[in-house]
Amino acid sequence: MTLLRLSGIRKSFGAVQVLHGVDLDVGRGEVVGLVGDNGAGKSTLMKTITGIHRADAGEIEFEGRSILDLDPGQRRALGIEMIYQDLSLARQQDVASNIFLGREPTKKWFGIIPGIVDRAAMDRQAAEMIRRLGAHLPAMNRAVGSFSGGQQQTVAIARALTFDPKLVIMDEPTAALAVREVQGVLDLIRRLKSEGIAVILISHRLNDVLAVTDRIVVLRHGRAAADLETARTDMNEVVACIVGGSGAQAAAAHEGRGAAT
Amino acid sequence: MSSELARPGLWTRAQRGSVERLHIRLESLLVLLALAAVMAALSPYFLSFSNFLNILLATSTIGILAIAATFVISAGGLDLSLGSVMGLSGVAGAFVTVNLGVPWGLGVLACILTGALAGTVNGQLVTRALVPAFIVTLGMLGIARGLALVISGGRVIYGLPPELLYLGQGRPFGIPMPVVIFVATAIVAHCVLAYTRFGRHTLAIGDSEGAARAAGIRVDRHRRVLYTLSGALAGLAGMLFMARINSGDPTAGLNYELTAITAAIIGGTNLFGGRGSILGTMIGALIMGVLQNGLNLLAVQSYYQQMAIGAVLILAVFIDQYQIRKETRS
Repeated sequence: MTLLRLSGIRKSFGAVQVLHGVDLDVGRGEVVGLVGDNGAGKSTLMKTITGIHRADAGEIEFEGRSILDLDPGQRRALGIEMIYQDLSLARQQDVASNIFLGREPTKKWFGIIPGIVDRAAMDRQAAEMIRRLGAHLPAMNRAVGSFSGGQQQTVAIARALTFDPKLVIMDEPTAALAVREVQGVLDLIRRLKSEGIAVILISHRLNDVLAVTDRIVVLRHGRAAADLETARTDMNEVVACIVGGSGAQAAAAHEGRGAAT
Repeated sequence: MSSELARPGLWTRAQRGSVERLHIRLESLLVLLALAAVMAALSPYFLSFSNFLNILLATSTIGILAIAATFVISAGGLDLSLGSVMGLSGVAGAFVTVNLGVPWGLGVLACILTGALAGTVNGQLVTRALVPAFIVTLGMLGIARGLALVISGGRVIYGLPPELLYLGQGRPFGIPMPVVIFVATAIVAHCVLAYTRFGRHTLAIGDSEGAARAAGIRVDRHRRVLYTLSGALAGLAGMLFMARINSGDPTAGLNYELTAITAAIIGGTNLFGGRGSILGTMIGALIMGVLQNGLNLLAVQSYYQQMAIGAVLILAVFIDQYQIRKETRS
């Protein structure tokens, strides 16, 4: 069953065309790896899904409905979340403020004055979410900018998961993490899949991608150059698709040295 | 390991507590108290209820402008046109009531709408024409002042109706009307910034525009609302000032943005956005008010007062930056 369908997505920035008509399908609970060289258009493509960028042409359907006209807030409300590479946290705000940014629960004062942010509910749910992720933060009420990289990422992940998403896009979630933390993220992706949540994983670490995905889509020069079933492919094929032809073998050999097998 | 770490000291805990619960900086409160103690020691007239009301009255105009500055600056913006827009608004209000003879209520409305209009122009230019806020509001500083002089013909407009005068000079229960309006505005503004979604989003935008956008906040629209709000508050300040001095003075509010922005920064507003509270700003405004009042009581020339305010602004930003550098290093 298709959850997300992109067809013919084009996007230019000024004279530079980044996406040349990309097609991509993601099923419910499916984990799709999106790989490609720097500048292939991965992040741009994802931002057209979340609504940060507006596609110049093409169609984006989510659960069978076109979402092209929706703004980022409306798309989040439908269940599309993204964990950005730079985490996109408000560094001077505390944990709960970040998790609930843009979706703060409200209450009334004295039963009449509406629109007051319900801090108590926010703090409670934020703590609950962090606990469910099995993570530890030094303090909930401190500015997240004072946290370590892994702790900040915990906050970014909690923000993406708090509102029962249907699709979570992760942009290089393991790039800045320690080895032990990487396993945590990969376990999390498996857990999301088991709960029926679809994941698009952007990563340069092909071992990670091969380990957790169902399918791998290779983006090259702004097009979906290949769509591979993870169970029936290997490092060599993926690398060959990424670099395309010449130099494939040398590149594959280099990447393969890091592989567990 | 963490259990071996020493508990934060009393000072650190008091600082965090005051920031989290009351949204103020402990340092600025201590500076205010110390300043008041010095003034009380130097002048026998300082510690009296009537002088306290004097300080509040003198602070009311600057205080309302400082509220506007806090909203805009904590969202990562800047409004240098506050004083000029205040002057323009007062002239506009006096012009329509005296020269056009409209009822006083519409005069009040004219002040606030004039300010809001100037703020809307600022917001449109910042978010749509993408001219930096510093330049847009610096330009508006010149435009609004010039327009005030054009409308008034360079002369002070006299002859306001008595109802308007009451707003500036009336004393319900012995408390000056501008103080009543100022305090009420401050309370509402504090609640909006600290406790509503609008306020949280204001701080988030100043903190990280990218994060706010990714969270689905309509950043540009929010900014436009903030500049309009800032202008409307400058209009309110202009109306109160006009009513207090009983005339529309085209030079009213000259250099007031300097004091207002200083008050906001002293109160803990981050010059680059992401942090700010109205309660903190009110303490900052009171520091400026006590400073000016004290210097007046000590009969220090007003030229020196200007110098003192400028020096305090630079000092406040220096201390702020020093602390941020220290925090990021540790």
